[in-house]
Amino acid sequence: MTDSILADTARRLFTDRVTPEVLRRAEEGHGEGHWPADLWTAIEEMGLGLALVPEEAGGFGVDMVEALELVRIAGSFAAPVPLADSMLAGWLLAGAGLEVPAGPLTVAPPHTGEPAPVLIRRNGGWHLSGSVRRVPWGRSAAAVALLAEYDGQICVVRLDAGDWRVAEPGRNIAGEERDDLRFDTALAGDRVAPAPKGLGAGTLHAMGATLRSLAMAGAIERVLDLTVQYVGERVQFGRPLGKFQAVQQNLAVLAGQAAAAGAAADGAAEAFADLASGVPCPLPVAAAKLRCGEAAGIAASIAHQMHGAIGFTHEHALHHLTRRLWSWRDEYGNEASWAMRLGRQVAAAGADGLWPLVTAA
Amino acid sequence: MPRIAFPPPPSSDATEALRAEVRDFLRTELADRPPRRRADSWNGFDRAFSRKMGERGWIAMTWPKRYGGHERSALERYVVLEEMLAAGAPVAAHWIADRQSGPLLLKNGTEEQRLSILPRIASGDCTFCIGMSEPDSGSDLAAVRTRAVPVAEDEGGGWRVNGTKLWTTYAHHAQYMILFCRTDGGAEDRQGGTSQLLVDLSTPGITIRPILDLSGAHHFNEVVFEDVLLPEDALIGRRGDGWNQVMSELAFERSGPERFLSSMALLTELVRALGPSPSGHAAIALGRLVGHLIVLRRLSRSVADMLDKGENPALQASLVKDLGALFEQEIPEIARQLVEAEPDLDSTREFSAVLAHTVMNAPAFSLRGGTREILRGIIARGLGLR
Repeated sequence: MTDSILADTARRLFTDRVTPEVLRRAEEGHGEGHWPADLWTAIEEMGLGLALVPEEAGGFGVDMVEALELVRIAGSFAAPVPLADSMLAGWLLAGAGLEVPAGPLTVAPPHTGEPAPVLIRRNGGWHLSGSVRRVPWGRSAAAVALLAEYDGQICVVRLDAGDWRVAEPGRNIAGEERDDLRFDTALAGDRVAPAPKGLGAGTLHAMGATLRSLAMAGAIERVLDLTVQYVGERVQFGRPLGKFQAVQQNLAVLAGQAAAAGAAADGAAEAFADLASGVPCPLPVAAAKLRCGEAAGIAASIAHQMHGAIGFTHEHALHHLTRRLWSWRDEYGNEASWAMRLGRQVAAAGADGLWPLVTAA
Repeated sequence: MPRIAFPPPPSSDATEALRAEVRDFLRTELADRPPRRRADSWNGFDRAFSRKMGERGWIAMTWPKRYGGHERSALERYVVLEEMLAAGAPVAAHWIADRQSGPLLLKNGTEEQRLSILPRIASGDCTFCIGMSEPDSGSDLAAVRTRAVPVAEDEGGGWRVNGTKLWTTYAHHAQYMILFCRTDGGAEDRQGGTSQLLVDLSTPGITIRPILDLSGAHHFNEVVFEDVLLPEDALIGRRGDGWNQVMSELAFERSGPERFLSSMALLTELVRALGPSPSGHAAIALGRLVGHLIVLRRLSRSVADMLDKGENPALQASLVKDLGALFEQEIPEIARQLVEAEPDLDSTREFSAVLAHTVMNAPAFSLRGGTREILRGIIARGLGLR
């Protein structure tokens, strides 16, 4: 499967399957959302969730940058499924030599300052107890990949449905499941493996930030599309809104934010291979999460302003994208947390190290 | 597919040796240049420095060898350029000619114009200025009034020029101007009937008067043409094609690293002033700026690559310039809140002097080379709204 075929396949699939009805049902009520089983089945039939898994472990063996493009595409459709999370879980499990199961997968995001769950040896197998917070699609996933500690060493663990209970169901403001999970369970030997060299909570956090950056870039691009279309159609004072200079200038700002977010996410996607090979958080990842997060807020604000009251209704499609943008910018570290990390690196490099640091990024 | 695409720029690994060479050169050459002078960025004028760059082959890098060029890649040129600007090297003596006038002559000039002028630009000996704006023609460039009228053969032939150009940077140091003027028609013809002429500034009838900027510095000039006689072969490209020639020239002017590095000296001094352990608040503000810088550089390198491939990224260039100017203007506003210092050009503290310089130059960042409003109009047209 070549790269552009992969992207085209995904676009076609989402165009057909992510219907207004699917989105509405997935985001319904508080805690009542409906798992879009048909959409997920179609994604799984195409094997999209395995895009980051090496060929020998059952994936397509496509280039990582091309694989990650799927996350941007899913973001642009507001696809209400854990495609990005499944891809990351697949990479994590396969990288540790664990089997990648079928079904929607997810990763327990590491949270700064919170200790990893602890593994102990018991009866020739393993025992894991502890909890993880805000796991994307925790209640719907077939398996969760997470990092745990054994005797000071970081391990990759695969939990299957039934190994955990949902301690506190939650949702982000786009209605995507974000659940706290608790577990106290025995695990067979084939569910635990030492993490690949260099992989730790920091790397996983940075990978998650890369995925959310790509998803935001895709959603912002679509927000720009919807807004250009709307101001071209909506007539007030006898002409389309897009003919007013004030509106044109706002759209130009929105286009600038879309371009910056897109380029920032591209940079992070290129750095993903470095992350995967154990380089501790490359600068483009920090730049991407803080830049896409900032662009998300500006883009959502302009898009709603340009859409007027209709864009503020539940009926209109804009909120599927803007509510995701407002959610994703706070997942895997907000702008300030990434800016702080980047700022400290810059300060440590010093004034004369600033430019070399930028050109090496 | 994005509406305005920025293809991934090529990896810069291939140019790292060149980058190291440029950094070595700058370390020596600029050892005594204090931050307050580096803050001049591309307004710093130093003929001797430009000649040294010429000797190294760092001017006219991509031009054919027969015109004094070095036939190197656009990516290599970009590396030299961004290293110069990031370090605050005084490039003004060759800058405009290298970036804008030389490429214009290469594309549209006569063979004689190329052979006589381009090698002198390449050696760092020749300075150009750009005659576009006029008292009544700023953003509305098509309102140009300066007029070149053909002179009858029996009266000596060539062109007679009358009019006034404004905001002409470094006209007082330049040997040549690329003059944008009307050769046919009237104001009602707008873009039609305009042409570009090569003007030797030592020609009689040209008066150059300084215009001081708000800080009192002299970069700008007013250039008055009174019955100035130019030879027939002063015409660049085709008569009446001036507008199209100028527009393709501006794509080069709007895309480079100069569009987001103008405040680099202040950002560098900010890092120095904050020291190795800034407060959390300062680290966040600093990290955000550097994050923006990394992304802008990627966008700009993408545009450079498109130019290199012969594409026309005028829209992308406008977008980078708009984002870049916002960034350059934000730096002084943020830096002054993080460091306890008052702006003072003559302060013994470098931070205060660089801050003063940057604050007073910042308004120009979103005016020169196309105002923010004009750029956003171009972007809106690119989105199909106009």
